[in-house]
Amino acid sequence: MKKTVFLGTAAAATLLSGMVMAQEGSTLAQVKERDELNCGVNTGLVGFAAPDANGNWTGFDVAFCRALAAAVLGDANKVRFVPTTGQTRFTALSSGEVDVLARNSTWTYSRDTDLALDFVGVNYYDGQGFMVNRELGVTSAKELDGATICIQTGTTTELNLADYFRANNMNYTPVNIDSNAEGEQQYMAGACDAYTTDASGLAATRAAFADPENHIILPEIISKEPLGPAVRHGDSNWGDIARWTLNALIAAEEYGITSRNIEELVRSSTNPEVQRLLGATDDLGAMMGLDAEWARRAILAGGNYGEIFAANIGEQTPIGLARGLNAQWTQGGLLYAPPFR
Amino acid sequence: MMTDVSASADPPFRLSMLVNDRRYRSLTFQVIVFILVMAGLWWLIDNTVRNLALMGKSFNFGFLFQRAGYDIPQTPIPYTSDDTHLRAAAVGLLNTLIVSILGCIAATVLGVIVGVARLSRNWLFARLMTIFVEIFRNMPLLLWILIIYAIFTEILPPPNAYRGENPAASMILFDHVALTNRYTSIPTLAMTHDPGSLDLGARVTFNWATIAFVVALVGGWFLRRVLLSHAQSVQDRTGERPLTWWRSLAVMVLPSLFLIWYFGLHLKAPTLQGFNFTGGLNVSNGLVALWLALTLYTAAFIAEIVRAGILAVSRGQSEAAFALGLRPNRTMSLVILPQALRVIIPPLISQYLNLTKNSSLAIAVGYMDLRGTLGGTTLNQTGRELEAIVLMMLTYLVLSLIISAAMNVFNARVKLKER
Repeated sequence: MKKTVFLGTAAAATLLSGMVMAQEGSTLAQVKERDELNCGVNTGLVGFAAPDANGNWTGFDVAFCRALAAAVLGDANKVRFVPTTGQTRFTALSSGEVDVLARNSTWTYSRDTDLALDFVGVNYYDGQGFMVNRELGVTSAKELDGATICIQTGTTTELNLADYFRANNMNYTPVNIDSNAEGEQQYMAGACDAYTTDASGLAATRAAFADPENHIILPEIISKEPLGPAVRHGDSNWGDIARWTLNALIAAEEYGITSRNIEELVRSSTNPEVQRLLGATDDLGAMMGLDAEWARRAILAGGNYGEIFAANIGEQTPIGLARGLNAQWTQGGLLYAPPFR
Repeated sequence: MMTDVSASADPPFRLSMLVNDRRYRSLTFQVIVFILVMAGLWWLIDNTVRNLALMGKSFNFGFLFQRAGYDIPQTPIPYTSDDTHLRAAAVGLLNTLIVSILGCIAATVLGVIVGVARLSRNWLFARLMTIFVEIFRNMPLLLWILIIYAIFTEILPPPNAYRGENPAASMILFDHVALTNRYTSIPTLAMTHDPGSLDLGARVTFNWATIAFVVALVGGWFLRRVLLSHAQSVQDRTGERPLTWWRSLAVMVLPSLFLIWYFGLHLKAPTLQGFNFTGGLNVSNGLVALWLALTLYTAAFIAEIVRAGILAVSRGQSEAAFALGLRPNRTMSLVILPQALRVIIPPLISQYLNLTKNSSLAIAVGYMDLRGTLGGTTLNQTGRELEAIVLMMLTYLVLSLIISAAMNVFNARVKLKER
């Protein structure tokens, strides 16, 4: 008897050590089984991702998550928002804590390759800028020699800042902060002369100030910051779903499909591309494991790209961003969705 | 009559004896536990390797030799964004050491004072110290760091306030020190005859003047010991102790005074230029807040250790010393303290280790220590979480072991020698 117990223990130990954590299945299957989309967002950047007074997440990045949840799960509210800092976001994605990361993250070469992420497109073309207090009398970033600058650690802006000051032979003292809220506090207390992050982030931060008119965003944009949602490397199907959900939102604006006229267009549109996109003809959804009406639900969730932009960060909102580079290609911007066929 | 005694005394070995026989049982269980631990460890490592492979990541430290690309506010050794991640980590480690050493010294001094004061016969004084101890050791350290940092940021004036004909703020200590909401700007030492620097390679340099001062101080200290042992031998021989204080003072102070005159050492006050004070040494508020918080927090624990150590020496000891006619301070240094240190030092080691490890909370106030560089920006920019964390764990482990070893040596020297 004793012998078998020991042999059994030894065998169990060997077996145990031979086992590896069950290999992850496809993200789509996981999300469907969970019936909830885990979406990594900013810890709080008004206009992009921030909880409102009732605890409901709203914003430009949040709207993408909702559209994706609507496309996959059929309900724009089946999203769990996971707030991530600049430091934790990519770990959260690669460890599987979130299914998709929509947290104004810059698409760069090393993140795409070395960090093993897949950026599925660009939802906002941005660039890094500086904000200073009007009292400082600074009108150009070139005048910031010797300044103390607040910067969020773990971001591409940290590297751009170092490069920019080096290239212009200027000195600065960085104040490394962890989140936008902390940066806001340091900047308002005068602990730094300038605050630097993506220009959209500056506008969003300034909009939350009590006295936005006393702060100016300097004209220099020192980098390209194509911001976009990202998924894990290795699950191409899930990447496709995220990519084409974003493209569907962009294409919808191009073809004039809005959340208001969509039901009517499904019935009456004669444009073959619109019919394909909305699933009236051809079953495009089946090609990536969804039903025919996925794009219809995605667009209904928060409207097309233009509607989302206008509702969250557009000129009618306190953040007041112009479309600029983020206009459709037909309007002189960079947004260009590949054809749906 | 012949009987085979060996057979009955040593029965043939059976497997069940591994459990039932006391001679083998402990060995059996040790082997089993060892196998289980090894298997568990192997499972963890294997799991990690496979999952890394699944994510398309490898485990290597090549990233340490890539260009870091980011700047660090406080650099004890020269560092630019063109340097490698390895050098950034070294800068972070030095920053960790700076705040840890400063913290250990200040916490010990404050802790001893508070610990002794808590035993004071002055009721009010002793109660005030009790309040100090209870407040600081019963609130999370992170809160203290943030509170102190916030106080600095919100209350002190920005450098701008020092500008103009009628500035809103003025420098203190004869216009030598400026307190701002970013840093405390203190004067640096400047020399009229700079002897140049010793190059240690890797752009680490030591000024010859610094080396000269260290040599002068250490040499002075040794000379003083020689003087004292000479005085002791004279006393032993003749019963007369020669006056030593002025000679001690001379060997300790005169060489340094000479060096100050020789190098033309003087203070150079910071001045406001552009956005910030330059010319002085700008000690960031992050460092000061972290240092203060670590000091106050750890001092509260050290105070209790010191109090316990003193109380552990029975009253009879001091009464006996008084009866022999020893003055109170001699009683303290010759009778109480040597016995109290035996109790104090081992837990003190733990406090030093705690302080060093707690310094990794620096990230909360933007002080770029090892956690901020290697475990923060480097980790983020390269995406090498596992490597960076492993490296950081090893570094803190080695650091702690060194502190522990050094303190154990010290402990062995001061503990009571029982013969």
